[in-house]
Amino acid sequence: MDARRESEPTPRKDLTTAERKSDRELVVTRTINSPARIVFDAWTKAELFKQWWIPKSHGLSLLSCEMDVRVGGGYRLVISHPAAPKPMEFFGRYLEVTPHSRLVWTNEEAGDSGQVTTVTFEERSGKTLLVMHDLYPSKEALDEAIASGSTCGMGETLEQLDELIVALGTSAGRS
Amino acid sequence: MCDILNHMVQYIRTGFDASFAALSDVTRRGVLEQLGRTDASITDLAEKFHMTLTGMKKHVGVLEQAGLVTTEKVGRVRTCKLGQRRLEEEAAWIERYRQRWDARFDELAKVVEELKRKEKVDGRKKRE
Repeated sequence: MDARRESEPTPRKDLTTAERKSDRELVVTRTINSPARIVFDAWTKAELFKQWWIPKSHGLSLLSCEMDVRVGGGYRLVISHPAAPKPMEFFGRYLEVTPHSRLVWTNEEAGDSGQVTTVTFEERSGKTLLVMHDLYPSKEALDEAIASGSTCGMGETLEQLDELIVALGTSAGRS
Repeated sequence: MCDILNHMVQYIRTGFDASFAALSDVTRRGVLEQLGRTDASITDLAEKFHMTLTGMKKHVGVLEQAGLVTTEKVGRVRTCKLGQRRLEEEAAWIERYRQRWDARFDELAKVVEELKRKEKVDGRKKRE
């Protein structure tokens, strides 16, 4: 009934936005058609989280996923890819856990240059606006993340892999 | 854990990319950061990073070859600025980042739909 109360600007095909907000911040947003309570569950229960965080079509395998979602609790993901020499670990700690509205965690796999991620869940008319905010410790750390992720001049094969990853992920998500 | 795909691709790519090598040096990263704020001459940069002119010229040369910095000589002063490639790459990177998150959130939406569906079924069962 109140679906139209929120007068949104013309609906866009691409629901996800990404922007560098400042020297040290990256922000990604997306609206999910569901109450915040359910979306929050999908971010905080390992058995749900692992169903979407690593799309299978990317060639990546999630070897393990441990999440102790409470303030001070840790998480650890172990991921492998056929082209990678060995599995990679991603880990950190939860700094804030506010049910159904806010999660903050550290990203410690990159040492001191890792960002702090804040995700907010804002419910509006039965939908949830997700805002994912990455704060890097310095401009240099974010510049470096961007530069090392985009230096494709010579690694042509891997650039293709990169595009393939995006293409597969997109088609898998839309089908 | 935020940008696993980026990390993995970077990780796989490591070792055969000139730009990566250009960025592997702390001074060169510092130079890029500095040029992100404002253009500077080689003399300025050498002073800032407590280096000899020759040393700084070498670093700037590596960055220039990788397309990350451009230099222009006016009179006796060589001015360095961020290369166009660097700026274009940032925009391209952000778009790729957005696409990855878009794909990931599509997966999230599917999981959430399934949860909603189950909840409805369970709710009906409970009320009966």
